[in-house]
Amino acid sequence: MFESWVQRVVFGLNADADIAVKRLACNMTQGEIVAGCLAPHPPHLVYAENPPQNEPVAEGGWEQLRWGYERLRDSLKDVDYDAIVLLSPHWQTYVGTHFLGLPNFKSLSVDPVFPNLFRYHYDLNIDVDLTRKIHDKAAEAGLAVKMMENPDFRVDYGTITTGHMFNPGWDKPLVVVSSNRSRDYYSVEVMQEMMIELGRVTREAILESGKKVVVLASNSLSHRHFTTESEIPEDMSKEHITSHAMHLWDMRMIDYIRSGQAQRILDEMPEFTEQAIAESDGGGLSWLLSTLDTPTYPGILHGYGTIIGTGNAIVEWPERNHKEASQ
Amino acid sequence: MSEGGIVGSFIVPVHPHTVLVPEQNEGWQRLRNAFDEAAQRIKDSNADLLVIYSTTWPSIIGHQIQADPNPEWVMVDHDFHDLGSIPYSFNIDSEFAHAWDEANKKRGLKSRTVNYTGFPIDVGSVVALKLLNPENAIPAVIVSSNVYANRSETTVLAKSCLDVIKATGRKAVAVTAMSLSNRMFTTAIDPKDDKIHSLKDDEWNRKILEFLGEGRLEDVGQLSRTIHKQIRVQKVVAFKPMWWLAGMNENRNNLTGDVLAYEAIHGAGGAVVHLDPTPSGAGDKEYDEDDVEFFSGERNVLDAEGDAPSFDAQLSQPQQTATSSGPALWEPTTGESSVNSDAAPKPVGMYPHARRVGDLLYLSGVGPRQPGTNAIPGGPICDEQGAPLNYDIKAQTKAVVDNITRILEEAGGSIDDVLDVTSFLVDMDRDFAGYNEVWADTLGKVGPTRTTLAIRALPTPIAVEMKVIARAPKEN
Ligand SMILES: [Fe+2]
Repeated sequence: MFESWVQRVVFGLNADADIAVKRLACNMTQGEIVAGCLAPHPPHLVYAENPPQNEPVAEGGWEQLRWGYERLRDSLKDVDYDAIVLLSPHWQTYVGTHFLGLPNFKSLSVDPVFPNLFRYHYDLNIDVDLTRKIHDKAAEAGLAVKMMENPDFRVDYGTITTGHMFNPGWDKPLVVVSSNRSRDYYSVEVMQEMMIELGRVTREAILESGKKVVVLASNSLSHRHFTTESEIPEDMSKEHITSHAMHLWDMRMIDYIRSGQAQRILDEMPEFTEQAIAESDGGGLSWLLSTLDTPTYPGILHGYGTIIGTGNAIVEWPERNHKEASQ
Repeated sequence: MSEGGIVGSFIVPVHPHTVLVPEQNEGWQRLRNAFDEAAQRIKDSNADLLVIYSTTWPSIIGHQIQADPNPEWVMVDHDFHDLGSIPYSFNIDSEFAHAWDEANKKRGLKSRTVNYTGFPIDVGSVVALKLLNPENAIPAVIVSSNVYANRSETTVLAKSCLDVIKATGRKAVAVTAMSLSNRMFTTAIDPKDDKIHSLKDDEWNRKILEFLGEGRLEDVGQLSRTIHKQIRVQKVVAFKPMWWLAGMNENRNNLTGDVLAYEAIHGAGGAVVHLDPTPSGAGDKEYDEDDVEFFSGERNVLDAEGDAPSFDAQLSQPQQTATSSGPALWEPTTGESSVNSDAAPKPVGMYPHARRVGDLLYLSGVGPRQPGTNAIPGGPICDEQGAPLNYDIKAQTKAVVDNITRILEEAGGSIDDVLDVTSFLVDMDRDFAGYNEVWADTLGKVGPTRTTLAIRALPTPIAVEMKVIARAPKEN
């Protein structure tokens, strides 16, 4: 299976699949990606928001980013869609890509790194049909995939944070995709080839499903943390980017995002991931851009801010307004 | 109360197969049998404390120590969820956890305890405690593996743990939950086909186990960085548990080692190893790294007043004080009429960047080193051992001119004020043409007089330096 995937990617034997995608994209009675978003998941945002589901209590904090999420939610409040497809870097699977495969997950999620900030009681529904479609298409394409059907499984805090910040009412079913660790095993390039392929089949499955979908990649940009936390975690006088180099990288990526140069983001992903220790190492951003067919229209920057020194951007690619771009 | 100490150490694998499905593969079953044997030995040792250092519990904010006296939940592995669930209910020595946390702080570490219902105890700790302490008879503590911690920090973490063990007279067993080589197959495999991911991984694992079998724990600790590079997936966690375990055993090399099993788990190297503190025939240390008592490292990023240098800046930049590759750097002297610039590289002796005399500005010799990083554009002329390197004279010359520009601008002037230059080249034959070309594009256009000399060496591994006299800017 892996070998056949390698052959396809390495030797470029993807012609049939490409034709299939193009045919589907032309037929607009099919499903639709209404938007794709970069929607980072630092638990600090949920903590600062004080929702009833989260146990710790905050005095606020990280407002710039929380207002960014507000703008993102506003931007989509009159847009009709059926499901959210989300990839979180904190469900880290080394043995291929996994998908939450049961209709409901309900439990308590405690962040192992910031348990003082995030202990969230979640109750989320999965669109198992759409999940299975994406899973099956990925399997057909030769990617290693697995459905996660153990009811005791605890959903990772990345999924929950992004899920909450994007849609605090939790009234849309989710498709939850694990992140890819090939970067650790091989290289950013191999990770990216796999995730671009996964993005391609994700798009194909969504269009075939007849559903309207929002796609979310849940990751920070630059990802160097401070290794200490101030007495009051939400003390914003301590919050800034860890270094100038991290800032420059983040701004470079945001510049590409705002000027519709998704391909350049993919091209520079290896350097970005290495030098900015970017959380895109799990493949979320590469997968998102591929799912959006590598947009050439500008992404809308709803917000940028740092969290414990890491750089976070909230971005929307409003594909619904750029249908011509995706044909 | 008798003196406390370590009565035994164990290295155990992290994946859930040995708990959930040992029967599916003969190797997994042998690992399970080894776990059972280890549990029996721990019981026989009359240990009254189990200390677990787990690589599958990463932390960012210092070191986290589990302090919930009775954590209970159901653990499901992120990858191997289809093998089943592991319900747990552990007996944690909360008092010890708090004492260790305090001892960490006394030795300069960032540390905190965690005590939250539903805290997700990591797979490595769950497997270790389930199998090594099946009846929960022995109270345990678990510590995280800090992703940014280096050797000195990890060594100090062990020392503070030993402080408490000794002070409280405990008979402790130290456990590291870890893989040896940790590369797994990236696709599903039939359990019966499991093997170590590659021959190279297997060879390294066997070498490590040979050392451990001879009780040479400190040697493995000191090879930790090499081992990580060779057989570990490049995550930030590193092969640091060996630093901790060596620290827990007072960095000894003459323990009595016993490899109880070594097998593959989905491609990764899993071993159960027992290290008895009884001295064996093997020699003690062959070489030493620093023996650190207190941690005073780079954990103060947020604590410092103003902007402390970030950890990555320290990683990627040479030290600003004496280094093995060059002379010590000095703060520029600040006597009357001296002109100094933060934008210029630090002096290599007790002198200012420039000095003003009447209408003239005399600059100390300016080389290409970059302010802040001390890096040499175009590369150094030799490595730390003095072996010659290929360098770019044009890049070096350009950097010299840029440094001169910075110093003059700091003084309120500009490059156009340069009147006279004496240039020093360490290799006239090789470099004159390139140097001359950059000159023509830069200072040549300003038009100062110039003298170029060949000299044997400069104090840092650079090829060009310039001595400048410039017009002093008008004082206002
Ligand atoms: Fe994250």
